[in-house]
Amino acid sequence: MLLRLTALLSLLFMPALAHAQEAAAEADGIDAAINNAVAPISDAIAAVIFFTVPIFGVDVPLIVFWLIIAAIIFTFYFNFVNFRAFFHAIELIRGDYSNPKDAGEVTHFQALATALSGTVGLGNIAGVAIAVSLGGPGATFWMIVAGLFSMSSKFVECTLGVKYRNEYPDGTVSGGPMYYLSKGLAEKGMGGLGKFLAVFFAICCIGGAFGGGNMFQANQSFQQLVNVTGDEASWFADKGWLFGLALAILVGVVIIGGIKSIARVTEKVVPFMAVIYLGAGLVIILINITALPEAVMLIITGAFSAEGVAGGAVGAMIQGIRRAAFSNEAGLGSAAIAHSAVRTNEPITEGLVALHEPFIDTVVICTMTALVIVITGMHQTGGEIGGVELTSMAFGQSISWFPYVLALAVILFAFSTMISWSYYGSKSWTYLFGESRTMDLIFKFIFCVFVVLGATMDLSAVIGFSDSMIFAMALANIVGLYILAPVVKADLDSYWSRLQTGEIRKYA
Amino acid sequence: MAEVILLGIDGSPNSERAADMAADHAKSTGRRLLVAHVIEWSPYTFNTPEENEVRHKRREEEIDRAEAHVVRPIVERLKKAGVEGEIVVRHGHAGEVLSQLAREHDVKQIYIGRIGQSRLRELLFGSVAGSLVQISPVPVTVVP
Repeated sequence: MLLRLTALLSLLFMPALAHAQEAAAEADGIDAAINNAVAPISDAIAAVIFFTVPIFGVDVPLIVFWLIIAAIIFTFYFNFVNFRAFFHAIELIRGDYSNPKDAGEVTHFQALATALSGTVGLGNIAGVAIAVSLGGPGATFWMIVAGLFSMSSKFVECTLGVKYRNEYPDGTVSGGPMYYLSKGLAEKGMGGLGKFLAVFFAICCIGGAFGGGNMFQANQSFQQLVNVTGDEASWFADKGWLFGLALAILVGVVIIGGIKSIARVTEKVVPFMAVIYLGAGLVIILINITALPEAVMLIITGAFSAEGVAGGAVGAMIQGIRRAAFSNEAGLGSAAIAHSAVRTNEPITEGLVALHEPFIDTVVICTMTALVIVITGMHQTGGEIGGVELTSMAFGQSISWFPYVLALAVILFAFSTMISWSYYGSKSWTYLFGESRTMDLIFKFIFCVFVVLGATMDLSAVIGFSDSMIFAMALANIVGLYILAPVVKADLDSYWSRLQTGEIRKYA
Repeated sequence: MAEVILLGIDGSPNSERAADMAADHAKSTGRRLLVAHVIEWSPYTFNTPEENEVRHKRREEEIDRAEAHVVRPIVERLKKAGVEGEIVVRHGHAGEVLSQLAREHDVKQIYIGRIGQSRLRELLFGSVAGSLVQISPVPVTVVP
């Protein structure tokens, strides 16, 4: 089966392969060609989404406001549920409140782990490096703040994702912003708006799946591979198309061929790599422990300074928030799709569980990356080195062989993120074009093509497109969250009071 | 509540021998026989979104398949021996679920077959028999 599938896929890629091999004979041929073709389009889209307004002399993209203001509003509206329910959420994740009769169904832990596999990716490693190099160490502070507030956005969307999911007669479930926007708003008498937002969201989600969930991951993992194999001198240097092709085939085998074994391996290895990554980060911080107070000072002063790198405090804020949003995806609605499969009678519990997603992703993992970069002084290299290369250098400074581990980790994180986003994208695609096998396959094939594109294009063009589509999802999603927030509040109040009175109890 | 004997089965030949012993015990003491099969499952795994989407359906299928292929043959065997067995199929870790069942019902004794996995596997992952014996609230008979 596997053999036949690989053969089929190779056949499909054969024309591209042949052409690419010819073109690559000229240095950077394919890579440059693709880049030149796509860059103008991505720039145009980025210009619209990231429409900026000058504030205190710094250009602030409105979309960043959109996200962070929603996060702040929700935090207050739900009375700081992100802190109130922090420990209860841990109990939910452990399964203390799970009915033993539901053994065998999707647990809170599994839903969270699946969603995390999708969100923990290159954003945590490369994105943070970009933030810190462009916005200075202060970006770290605002990233943490943004991460804490955005827990509330994630809470709202994941509750709604479960609440308005479709449960089919054959036992499968489908949930996500497409459904809560159309169904939820219809309940409020805004069916037309709901449908429009759902479609808008689906389109942007498909774009996001191709961009941040795909191209960015392929691009940065390829970048790291080149880094550790000798930079310009690397045999891989101009073979982005080849790496992309190999990756595309692997991804294709899993998502099209349904070869679960590869995905199953990744899903086990990724948490392991996360632990290694965090462990290494801790080790580096401990090695440089004497520099830690200074690093923290740099972060705090950089967060509030009036001048400095790229607009000082404001620049730090923008970069910090932007990367936090890109990394933890709160407010975008994508995680709601993953969390919606959980087995529960109380949708609000999944929202509470989802609080930990931005926490783990941003406040723990991203902060770790940022600390390593600042503590090793790598942030001072300026805007020349960006992305994963910077992170690699920062780690490599204290643990010389770590860049190799990082390369492996990065490829695995990228792979698992791509699997997840191909799911989000295909759910959106089939929502738009019908739940048929053919439609599903068409999307997945296109998805694989984008893997190759992502590996070949320049970082800046890829980032522009990725960010645009991802943030555009938030445009539709957050409107829905605002409208449906009262529904969630009613659920939360009801659940919380029942919890306090003991009506909802742990299972012994 | 009537006293119960719990029989844990996994479809191996050892299960049949355990079933025979449990049947003898049930007949001679007049206790009820509860036949349990545990589908190995952990709440703490990392799945793909697609796996989660179909999990509910899969779970039903797993239970149906277990009932048909693992449990029914044993129940038939017990019937021939003149004993009625009640069926329970659950997901989880075999040792934990059997102990849990022992607590839920008035179980006086648990019978299981020794799986006889390779020495290496047993060393690395432990055996059901080993873990159950450690945590069971009632006596356990491991039938080789």
